Amino acid sequence: MNTTVVAQLQRQFQDYIVSLYQQGFLDSQFSELRKLQDEGSPDFVSEVVSLFFDDCSKLINTMSRSLEQPDNVDFKQLDSGVHQLKGSSSSVGARRVKNVCISFKECCDVQNREGCLRCLQQVDYEYKMLKTKLQDLFNLEQQILQAGGTIPQVDIN
Amino acid sequence: MAEVLRPEMLDISNDTSSLASPELLHVLAVDDSMVDRKFIERLLRVSSCKVTVVDSATRALQYLGLDGENSSVGFEDLKINLIMTDYSMPGMTGYELLKKIKESSAFREIPVVIMSSENILPRIDRCLEEGAEDFLLKPVKLADVKRLRDSLMKAEERAFKNIMHKRELEANDIYSQLKRAKI
Repeated sequence: MNTTVVAQLQRQFQDYIVSLYQQGFLDSQFSELRKLQDEGSPDFVSEVVSLFFDDCSKLINTMSRSLEQPDNVDFKQLDSGVHQLKGSSSSVGARRVKNVCISFKECCDVQNREGCLRCLQQVDYEYKMLKTKLQDLFNLEQQILQAGGTIPQVDIN
Repeated sequence: MAEVLRPEMLDISNDTSSLASPELLHVLAVDDSMVDRKFIERLLRVSSCKVTVVDSATRALQYLGLDGENSSVGFEDLKINLIMTDYSMPGMTGYELLKKIKESSAFREIPVVIMSSENILPRIDRCLEEGAEDFLLKPVKLADVKRLRDSLMKAEERAFKNIMHKRELEANDIYSQLKRAKI
């Protein structure tokens, strides 16, 4: 094991994950998820996160359809979709996605179709952004493990 | 005179604990969100619980044999120590599930915990009034599960001790009777 390489990768990982927290992509719930991962369940975080992204894609599709017809928007269904998205983003620590959902819900409450459309676009952008970021993070993890190192515990408090 | 059976030698039933197995709580978790199901399952496993997860209140009732269809085969052997359910679910809500469980003679003693992402006081009150053991805000924390587990284990221990004490008294009573009868 090349300890220098491992140390470098670990440093990179640490810096990257801290930046994700600092930039508001992730909140403390993500670190709760990481605590639940161990040698017995080494892919737990990536699995949950993957389910979350599937959820996002599905819900965004449904909500997009609800918003299609200007004079026939099903705000009730929309609200239900936003509620679900807010819930799952909250469960994985996807802070920016969750925050958009809060605005989204407000737009639903006042039946503001334009506002909803903007929020939908934003939520789509945010989840895809997060997906890319986390993919990079998981890749770093793999590199560390392949170089024979261990993944650092990162305390974000 | 025949040998008098001492109380310790009397056959005391093994079924003194309702725990699924020693030290292991069996939890039934109910949530319509796939993400939340995966999360709660992991939380519970990490807390050394046996977990069964279902995606709706209807399925929970089916699992418990309370759906009025065929009675679940051997549901008397079904040892659930705790039910954790999401509040907002399509179809039957967690609140309605809570009520059904409390109406059932077989399962009303099982503690039911409601989980919700919304901190709505009237909702919390309503659930507690209906007999919920606790109301947890999502996302549920490891500390919440640990707290639940500890309090349930204590309750189990107390119940276990009570049963043992009762059995001891009964055994002593039989012993005295036998002695008097000089069997």
